[in-house]
Amino acid sequence: MRFIFPIIAAVVVGASIAAVGFTFVFAHGTSYLSNDPAACANCHIMTEQYDAWSRGSHHAVAVCNDCHAPHDLIGKYTTKAINGWNHSKAFTTGNFVEPIQITARNRAITEHACRSCHADLVQMIDANHRPGGELACLRCHASVGHMQ
Amino acid sequence: MSPLSRIRRAHAMKGEGGWARWTLLLVLVAAIAGLLAMLLLGNIAERKQEAKNPFFRVVELTDQTEDPEIWGKNFPYQYDGYRRTVDQTRTRYGGSEAIARTPSDADPRSIVAQSRLEEDPRLKRMWDGYAFSVDFREERGHAFMLVDQEFTDRQHAAKQPGACLHCHASVYLAYEKLGDGDITAGFEKMNQMPYAEARQHVTHPVACIDCHDPETMQLRVTRPGFLEGIRALEAMKGVADYDPNTMATRQEMRSFVCGQCHVEYYFKGPEKRLTYPWAKGLKIEQVLEYYDEDGHKDWTHARTGADVLKAQHPEFEMWSQGIHARSGVACADCHMPYQRVGALKVSDHHIRSPLLNVNAACQSCHHFPEAEMLARAEQIQSRTFALRNRAMDALVDLIDDLEEATVAGRTDEAIGEARRLQRQAQFRLDYVEAENSMGFHAPQEAARILAESIDYSRQGQLILK
Repeated sequence: MRFIFPIIAAVVVGASIAAVGFTFVFAHGTSYLSNDPAACANCHIMTEQYDAWSRGSHHAVAVCNDCHAPHDLIGKYTTKAINGWNHSKAFTTGNFVEPIQITARNRAITEHACRSCHADLVQMIDANHRPGGELACLRCHASVGHMQ
Repeated sequence: MSPLSRIRRAHAMKGEGGWARWTLLLVLVAAIAGLLAMLLLGNIAERKQEAKNPFFRVVELTDQTEDPEIWGKNFPYQYDGYRRTVDQTRTRYGGSEAIARTPSDADPRSIVAQSRLEEDPRLKRMWDGYAFSVDFREERGHAFMLVDQEFTDRQHAAKQPGACLHCHASVYLAYEKLGDGDITAGFEKMNQMPYAEARQHVTHPVACIDCHDPETMQLRVTRPGFLEGIRALEAMKGVADYDPNTMATRQEMRSFVCGQCHVEYYFKGPEKRLTYPWAKGLKIEQVLEYYDEDGHKDWTHARTGADVLKAQHPEFEMWSQGIHARSGVACADCHMPYQRVGALKVSDHHIRSPLLNVNAACQSCHHFPEAEMLARAEQIQSRTFALRNRAMDALVDLIDDLEEATVAGRTDEAIGEARRLQRQAQFRLDYVEAENSMGFHAPQEAARILAESIDYSRQGQLILK
């Protein structure tokens, strides 16, 4: 009799681990830890952006993560976690604005990414402008990664 | 008190060991996590399924399936939208308002749209002697195209031919039957029938079959009027035997299917062949040049005796002169924008003014607030409307002067010239007036046309002085 409780506990815990594990695999969970741009279009919401990137000027030199995630390991996976949570919440509940818009945090990350690769060029431009001004790469070059 | 300490206290009271509490908690957490994981799994599986099957083949569709309700069984989202074209919503310069009327035996409609003739009585003078001066109402949605034509008072003012149904009903199957499989032969037969007789051959307003291949759902052009018009236009450009169904791109087809009907046209010759006057080009001068060479007139103006033309609804032609067309934007991009349904992308078959759907219609490309986009469009329309009113005043002035001169018995050369100028001025004004965007489809082109119209009207007045 005293063993029934531990057995039930073991079954429930085991089944839950299985359910979580299967859901993770079924949803291609590991793909989201990768750098593969196709993972970003798994749910089809970003199909247009993915298609446009594959025809865009940057597709030979940068994947989604290069512009949309910080380049350091912690920053990258923190950002992936935040966006992953927001995106899965949006797609599961269906409650999101269309056309989709970039958040201020993610815009800042992308802006930073432009400046990181094009530092030499940007330095020369920034030298002629007051720091903290309105100058943003994306204001004029919004479509270099993908249209829209 | 937190759940954890509650459990802890409960267990402490029973005097059980510490492991039992922790196991119970673990089971609880694991059970909830398992439940959530399965709920999520269900949702993901559903979305994957949606993405896998854009539609379910519930019924078999063939080239003989005319009734849109049957197509709707396979394509419920599209059919839902299509049915919503019954909505009557006004925009600032267009859209229809539901006006109640008492149904009669001759006209069973209990709701119609507002009369444009009452809104602007100058239209009656412009169209004097023509059926449009008797009854002309704001157009309603696709759902009403057949009834509104069947019961307009224009039917009593003049004998209308079966050719009208080319664009007021789903004629694909009717043409096929009348022509024993040959659409063009069926088209030729129906064109010549009296309207009432031709009406017996059709059942639905525009339907799925008119724009879609039932096997592949690909867009297709079924209207002989457009096929012949675009062939003539492409021949002028040096392309022989142009056939949009085999030679047009998908994006072109997303405008061509609309251009099957939203165009300028006339009934050519005694056989009333519906013809799109595009053999010299799509611009208004080219259309007019075509008509002048053909010697066509729609009617003789009752007040002035001028041989004049009625412009129809040249949306396709006007759009082709605008910046959106030049940028590769098709009719369907703004009038049937994509909408998200779960993991599916469905083009909105509730065809309507983009001004009623700014978010989906404009903001996929223009990253400005809705109010800003609406203000931009309405500014274009307000400017066009102001210019249109000036052109209308100028035309009415010319008509008055010309009528006075005619009544006074003048028959000199100036009269003939003034009549020719009336034809030029009137067609231009009507072209913008009849076009259903109040200038938006090509703002500068509309303004240019109206400016020329004003000039022709005033030139006509000067000649009579």
